Amino acid sequence: MFWNTLLLSIRAIRRNLMRSFLTILGIVIGVAAVITMVTLGNGATKSVSDQISSMGSNILIVAPGQRFGPGSGGAPSFKLADAEAIENQIYNAKWVAPTTSKSATAVYQANNWSTVVYGSNNDYFPAGNWELADGRDFSDSEQRSGKAVCVIGETVRENLFGTASPIGSQIRIKQFSCEVIGLLEAKGQSAMGHDQDDMVVMPLRTVQRRLTGSQDISRITVSARDTNSISSVKKKIELLMRERRNIGENEDDDFRVMDTRQIADTLTSTTRILTLLLGAVAAVSLLVGGIGIMNIMLVSVTERTREIGIRLAIGALEREVLLQFLIEAVVLSSIGGIIGLILATTASLVLSGIMNIPYIFDPGINLLAFLFSAAIGVIFGFFPARRAAGLNPIDALRHE
Amino acid sequence: MSTAPLIRLNALTKAYGRGQATFQALKGVDLTIDSGDFVAIMGPSGSGKSTMMNILGCLDTPTGGSYEFRGVHIEDVSRNQRALLRRHYLGFVFQGFNLLARTTALENVELPLIYRGESAVVRQQRARAALAQVGLKGWEDHTPGELSGGQQQRVAIARAIVSDPEILLADEPTGNLDTSTSAEIMELITNLNRERGITVLMVTHEPEMAEYAKRVVRIVDGVIASDQRNGEAA
Repeated sequence: MFWNTLLLSIRAIRRNLMRSFLTILGIVIGVAAVITMVTLGNGATKSVSDQISSMGSNILIVAPGQRFGPGSGGAPSFKLADAEAIENQIYNAKWVAPTTSKSATAVYQANNWSTVVYGSNNDYFPAGNWELADGRDFSDSEQRSGKAVCVIGETVRENLFGTASPIGSQIRIKQFSCEVIGLLEAKGQSAMGHDQDDMVVMPLRTVQRRLTGSQDISRITVSARDTNSISSVKKKIELLMRERRNIGENEDDDFRVMDTRQIADTLTSTTRILTLLLGAVAAVSLLVGGIGIMNIMLVSVTERTREIGIRLAIGALEREVLLQFLIEAVVLSSIGGIIGLILATTASLVLSGIMNIPYIFDPGINLLAFLFSAAIGVIFGFFPARRAAGLNPIDALRHE
Repeated sequence: MSTAPLIRLNALTKAYGRGQATFQALKGVDLTIDSGDFVAIMGPSGSGKSTMMNILGCLDTPTGGSYEFRGVHIEDVSRNQRALLRRHYLGFVFQGFNLLARTTALENVELPLIYRGESAVVRQQRARAALAQVGLKGWEDHTPGELSGGQQQRVAIARAIVSDPEILLADEPTGNLDTSTSAEIMELITNLNRERGITVLMVTHEPEMAEYAKRVVRIVDGVIASDQRNGEAA
């Protein structure tokens, strides 16, 4: 009985190519939209966490104030002495990079480029996973005397020097000239779309004297020796800073020590919300596809009711008719689902390539979208048929 | 076959609707039909002739009385059993042809055999033979839309006889056809009755068509008004 019914179903599908095509199309669009959106969202989330781990996994950032983000909220800034205290007193602090920054325009010959100037020490490079592509980092005497030397990022080089090598050239920043001594290896865009290569690094003292005009540092980046020591280093820094900043027993910290995992959590939860949003938008398209299918099925109900009447009159059992319609619905929605899956995979691969995010296959959402489409197909294909098959054959035949 | 008649109706009634709106389509019909007969059921519109035909064809159920088919009380059997009776013993020809649209003649004729579970080879062979018998050899791959009314009715007849039914039930088989085509269809039905011994029940309101039958039953207002053999004096 099953094989015969399968034959009947396939004949019915072939007979109504336009209806079958539209049904499949509705499912294809819904499934493809949902899977593509969620896959891209997952890719973006993954990309964010990858970028954060590329910062180095053992990184702690010490900054004044309690708020996440820029600004200290009135809390006093750190000074170089704070960084030196961490370096000298905390054994497992491998690299300690006190950092301050200021936006400035860099000029070379006729070219100028707006960028951010960071002042720090040589620990800044390993702590931020930076490699030198050319030239050298700062010498001790340059750091001590605050000499005007700089290491530039790839974006700055490209905009100021074009194809030429920058090493040894003088660029002008505000009112002073600065010798380019090093070029950083390109890192590309960060997860948030920020160009990481758009920067100039100088010795801390140089920036403090010539650009910010103060002894403040905006943050201290500390790299723990290994993953296991992160929390102990974090606690020690907190104790040390409370002591240095004279914070009493019952007072809250007026600074914060963040590890990269915390930052990662914040960012990934943001992208996850975006993924959910995209998924919700796509779910609407799945629903619209479903309504399209429902329309097609309802419009064809008259013709199909008569068809059911004919089948019943020539001796089909009610359950044979139902099985036929069920198979028909399952076949159509499966074909739609499979095409949707293929389309979604192709679109996700292409789009994630364009958007520069990793492609991650998520079996959960693929299965979910597929099952949902199958359910829509079956519900709207099968239930009108069930009503018709329950009629007296003569009533089904006479259906207008 | 025993001596029991093929069909025996006893005080058969059929009512539509409920309460005051009840319409009594059949008001107690007694009728006996023997195997091999060719019966024309005549009557004006609304007389109940189609209702009787649908009940005889197990497409509809009576509200009272009894209907015995080959000794089986149809009013007592289940929906599925009635479907199986239709599958194995009955063949239908309708006024509106009722072929599956956009489906070839061959596939339309094959349909009853699919439900009977015949193999593909047997189906093809028998469907082709049935189409040849109704004079449609060479038209197997045409869909109803590509066939004339007469040809469509021939396909419907082929579909009705492909499973070797005991009875052919024809509801106004020539109602949508012109005079010469009607004559051809009636010749075909008459031949099936004569040569293959298929019992034919035909509803018609045209006296010319009723002349092809061996027996004419007239129904007026839900009761049998007359029942005579053609050729006998009225």
